[in-house]
Amino acid sequence: MTEVTLSNVVKKYGKHQAVHGIDLGIHDGEFVVLVGPSGCGKSTTLRMIAGLEDISGGEIAIGGRVVNDLPPRERNISMVFQNYALYPHMTVRENLGFSLKIAKRPEDEIAKSVTEAAGILGLDELMERKPAELSGGQRQRVAMGRAIVRHPDVFLFDEPLSNLDAKLRTQMRVEIKKLHQKVGNTIIYVTHDQVEAMTLADRIVLMRDGHIVQVGTPLELFNTPVDTFVATFIGSPPMNLVDGEVSGGTLWLQGGIELPVPSSARSLVRNGQKVRFGFRADNLMPVGHSVEEEGEIAELDLTVTLTEPLGTETLLFAELGGLEVQAKMFNPRPVAPGEAMKFRLMLDKTHIFDAASAKAIRG
Amino acid sequence: MTRRRVPEWFVLLLPAIIVIAAVVLIPLIFSLYSSFTPYKLTRPSTLWKWVGFFNYEKILTDAKFWAAFGRTVLFLTIVLNLELLLGLGIALMMNKVTWGQRTLRTILMFPMMFSPILVGFQFKFIFNDNIGLVNNVLQSVGFQNASLPWLVDGNLAMFSIMFAEIWMSTSVFAILILAGLFAMPRDPLEAAKVDGCTAWQTFRHITLPFLMPFIFIAMTIRSLDVARAYDIVQIMTGGGPARRTELLWTLMSRTGYVDARMGLANAMGYVSILLSILFTIYFFRKLSAARAELGMAG
Repeated sequence: MTEVTLSNVVKKYGKHQAVHGIDLGIHDGEFVVLVGPSGCGKSTTLRMIAGLEDISGGEIAIGGRVVNDLPPRERNISMVFQNYALYPHMTVRENLGFSLKIAKRPEDEIAKSVTEAAGILGLDELMERKPAELSGGQRQRVAMGRAIVRHPDVFLFDEPLSNLDAKLRTQMRVEIKKLHQKVGNTIIYVTHDQVEAMTLADRIVLMRDGHIVQVGTPLELFNTPVDTFVATFIGSPPMNLVDGEVSGGTLWLQGGIELPVPSSARSLVRNGQKVRFGFRADNLMPVGHSVEEEGEIAELDLTVTLTEPLGTETLLFAELGGLEVQAKMFNPRPVAPGEAMKFRLMLDKTHIFDAASAKAIRG
Repeated sequence: MTRRRVPEWFVLLLPAIIVIAAVVLIPLIFSLYSSFTPYKLTRPSTLWKWVGFFNYEKILTDAKFWAAFGRTVLFLTIVLNLELLLGLGIALMMNKVTWGQRTLRTILMFPMMFSPILVGFQFKFIFNDNIGLVNNVLQSVGFQNASLPWLVDGNLAMFSIMFAEIWMSTSVFAILILAGLFAMPRDPLEAAKVDGCTAWQTFRHITLPFLMPFIFIAMTIRSLDVARAYDIVQIMTGGGPARRTELLWTLMSRTGYVDARMGLANAMGYVSILLSILFTIYFFRKLSAARAELGMAG
């Protein structure tokens, strides 16, 4: 059983504080993704778990053992780096077996583990090559292979896919997920890409400025973001946000647009409260091209300014109160810019955030 | 009326050809030619007497020459290896320095900025058996009778010269290896830590293989340099006592200028160049092997 527990973990570089007292419990076998914009402290946190950075305050425990003062080699972790970090002077076989050789395991055991890992990742053909002779995807696979031969308690991934092209990235994402299903170890994975986070994670930890903003399953973060930052960071395209003010049961949006306050939020908002009204493109659909017909619905007349056909759906950019919002058109037909269309907004799927605190107003 | 025109490219290259001929080609041919004559500086007419391989035959059976040759190889081996070890140590320590590294780097290069002649004089004073610094220090810390003949005893003199040479040029290794350390990617080092390496194992398995090309470049440069060691030796001991510190180039200059037997000295030069060529080939092979090892081109 390998839980990883972070209690009030702090990282300071001189006067600058990079991580501000993080608390996080990761269960055995869980796939946790740390995500956030650059400089949010996610990589620093991972490197502290790995033992590559000192911990300025708080405690990190792996499998119930406090590891603050242990060097990386005594933590029984393995790590996959963004730049692969392969040993350039060793063949793939030597790269894979290096950690076992250092641990002075018997030759036949090393050979067996290496062959097994190579089999899992499809590296058999490449065993005698040097890293310089491999493509980016192959190098990434070797880096992963090097991590799994040791059967560590915890895998750490530091933006492992960001150096790959888009197609390869999608492919490797699937392989990483399969790998997790096969070996079942605890995985902590750092990325700045919310798509990777959504697709891979059992649980997402969204960070900003050295703080954890929200922890939850991908769908929790997607459906119930705690604030506007989460709302715009998770999901693609980002959630539309429009400033407004509550008056009675009515929401006055900028540009003089009037909507009823969604029933779920009606008792939670004050009269005169300044809010930010959020809704996803998926919940704003032209009439006749929507997927949901049931529920609380408001209708809006908007002018389309730009279209992005994606095949099964078309992304529409429309003008709402002087602001550009995005909508989705299912079963699309060609739309010309400048065309006025009637849209259905699924009110019960919308979000209301307090304008001052940016926090979600939710029952 | 047809006049053969000199091709344009030749005209354009002519200045370069003239300069190279004047400074390299003609002296080279002249010295090669004179190595087949009994040319004596004091008797210019000897330049026109062809003796074939006489000089070379003489060298091959000359015990003094081979003693100098062997001593040069020994000198080279000890000095290069010690400079490598010290330079590597200095570079590794410098790499850990976080404050004032630039200044330190400049200070490190000071010995290289001194003229070797001056370095020679300096160490001649330091190792002087009467008024030298070393003996003075030894005596003042209690070795009353210590008056070691640093530059007079054969072995001690060799040691003193090596000391001066190493003092002057270790920074070549240090600087080149430091450049290697700066160029080294950080990721494999961290990967090695995670893979379970101790500091020593990381150095042995990751850092050192990466530094090998830099080390061999330094080796090549320094082997050429040390193989023609002359100035320091000439100043400190003049090849003495009784030729016990005679290296190839002091022997050559003695033969050529003191004994005035320039033909013989030139023949020695050509034989000893073989030594430098062999060392260069050896280190270049090692260099390309080390680079291939790292998956670098060439």
